[in-house]
Amino acid sequence: MLGEGIIKGLAETARNFFGSYVNKERLTTVQYPEERLPRIEATRDFPFLVYDGDDWEKGLRCVACQICEKECPPKCIYIEKSKDKKPDAVGKPQNYPAKFDIDVSVCMSCQICVEVCPFDAIKMDVQFELSSDDRFGGLLLTKDKLAKSNEYYHEIHPTEAAGVDAALAEDREKEKEKQRLAAAAAAAAAAAKAAAAAAAPPTTVAATKDGAGSGGAAKEEAK
Amino acid sequence: MPEMIDQIFVRLMHWIIGYVPTSLQPLCSAILSAVAILVVFATIFAIITVLERKGLGRMQNRYGPNRAGPWGLLQPAADGIKSLTKEDIVPHSSDQLVHLMAPILIVITSFLVYAVVPVGKNMVMADLNAGVLFFFAVGSMVELSVFMAGWSSRSKYSLLGAMRAIAQMISYEIPLVLSGVVAIMAAGSLSTVTIVNMQAGYTGIWPHWYLFTPWGITGYILFMIGATAESNRCPFDMPEGESEIIAGYFIEYSGFKFALFFVAEYLGMLATSAMAITLFLGGWAAPFSFLTWIPSWFWFFAKLLLMMMVFIWIRGTLPRLRMDQLMNFGWKFMLPLSLINLFAAGLWHFLPSGPTRWSVDSLLLLLSCFLLSRGLRRNKWFQERTYRFAS
Repeated sequence: MLGEGIIKGLAETARNFFGSYVNKERLTTVQYPEERLPRIEATRDFPFLVYDGDDWEKGLRCVACQICEKECPPKCIYIEKSKDKKPDAVGKPQNYPAKFDIDVSVCMSCQICVEVCPFDAIKMDVQFELSSDDRFGGLLLTKDKLAKSNEYYHEIHPTEAAGVDAALAEDREKEKEKQRLAAAAAAAAAAAKAAAAAAAPPTTVAATKDGAGSGGAAKEEAK
Repeated sequence: MPEMIDQIFVRLMHWIIGYVPTSLQPLCSAILSAVAILVVFATIFAIITVLERKGLGRMQNRYGPNRAGPWGLLQPAADGIKSLTKEDIVPHSSDQLVHLMAPILIVITSFLVYAVVPVGKNMVMADLNAGVLFFFAVGSMVELSVFMAGWSSRSKYSLLGAMRAIAQMISYEIPLVLSGVVAIMAAGSLSTVTIVNMQAGYTGIWPHWYLFTPWGITGYILFMIGATAESNRCPFDMPEGESEIIAGYFIEYSGFKFALFFVAEYLGMLATSAMAITLFLGGWAAPFSFLTWIPSWFWFFAKLLLMMMVFIWIRGTLPRLRMDQLMNFGWKFMLPLSLINLFAAGLWHFLPSGPTRWSVDSLLLLLSCFLLSRGLRRNKWFQERTYRFAS
């Protein structure tokens, strides 16, 4: 009979209409600013910079290698390398970013910067409420806004952060070992040189090299 | 006292024009009625938009708008402010004058048809003796403005939408008018006021609405289908099919001109519903004789709101038709059935009253409906689609 399907359909929509007033279970909508869905762990939107310790300027893991800047498909990252060096997360003296800007109005959340970073310095954030009435300045995140602590990283992505921390600890051990070996080698060389110096006058070049090596080792010990 | 409340608006107007010199009284009366129509139907339009959005939301198990004002009731105001403050973009290569005139014309014609709709006892702006004819004549002006909009935008999508609209509206205008003719035949008059007065009597507690006859209910259903197609509503919304031609004929309109098309669509829907109420649902007449103490204008607007609910319900249920389905349905089902319905109405007039004419008419209409729907179903000449490159 013509119109049978239409009547079935009308009955279905009528059931939905009245059912949604009676049974709250039917309504799948989440009233967003008041209610929120629980976040899944793999959530990601825009990148941020991880720092260790309390001081974000000192603890920033980024070494300004600029790989992310070069790999970024929409070119939303801008980095300026520093002139001087400071020890990085594993203790090597490295450059640090004098300027690190991400334009989140350009960023497409592809996570490529995170994947290419050899220092685990840039990670994906979950902060999505970035609306601003300043169209250009408000969406250009500078270094101070991007820097977030390792604890925050643990909070938003616990599994991933634990893995990163384990890898970093291993690297730190290796670096320490390397520096100890280097220091020992340097000490041995110095001893050899000192023995040689009994015969010949000492060279200034060897002395400065020794100083730098032992200085790095000392800093690592302090940490 | 009920009489007093029933006629309160009529008395108010007479009281106001009593202060005007006699020579200006007709003009003043016309202006007052026009202002009343503009205000009342614009308000109903605003209420319908929010009801529609909330109703559709509930049919899809969501809340619908609930932020602007209590329960989202100020949503139309927010929408209005938004469309007023938006930029008005006119395409560079469009026909500027026609592009500007189309939305104005469509709103004017949509409002013009309310002149002959009796919204209550003694409450009609113009009691034309060819009121129904006026209604359909002015109502078909909508097609003109739709095509003006589609053509002047100089966009392929809008032209496609306009072509679809013309094809659809002309096809469904015929069954719309023909199914309305049965009420004119029964009342013996083209005046809307007379048609309503004919239906305002009661047998026992039951009203004399034309809906409660075999040809009346058929005519009413056909009229409503035609009205849905005329006002480009779901499931006949191909002229504006969002998924295929984005918005059809008004794709190149923005800001308030776009809102005017929106207003016109709803006003057209309200107008055809008002006409269906006038022709088949007894206009302002109460549904039972013991409810006549409630003012007549209340009944008219209650019926109008009920019809709107049905429109919203249908929109929430049915998907869009295909062009060939639409044309087949219009020409092979609606048109023959409305012609048979005319015949049935004539038969009803000449047969003796009682169960005889009831059974003869019902049988005739049911049989033709069944046969015509079989004819619709049989025409499946489409072959199974074969894909050469995609598996």
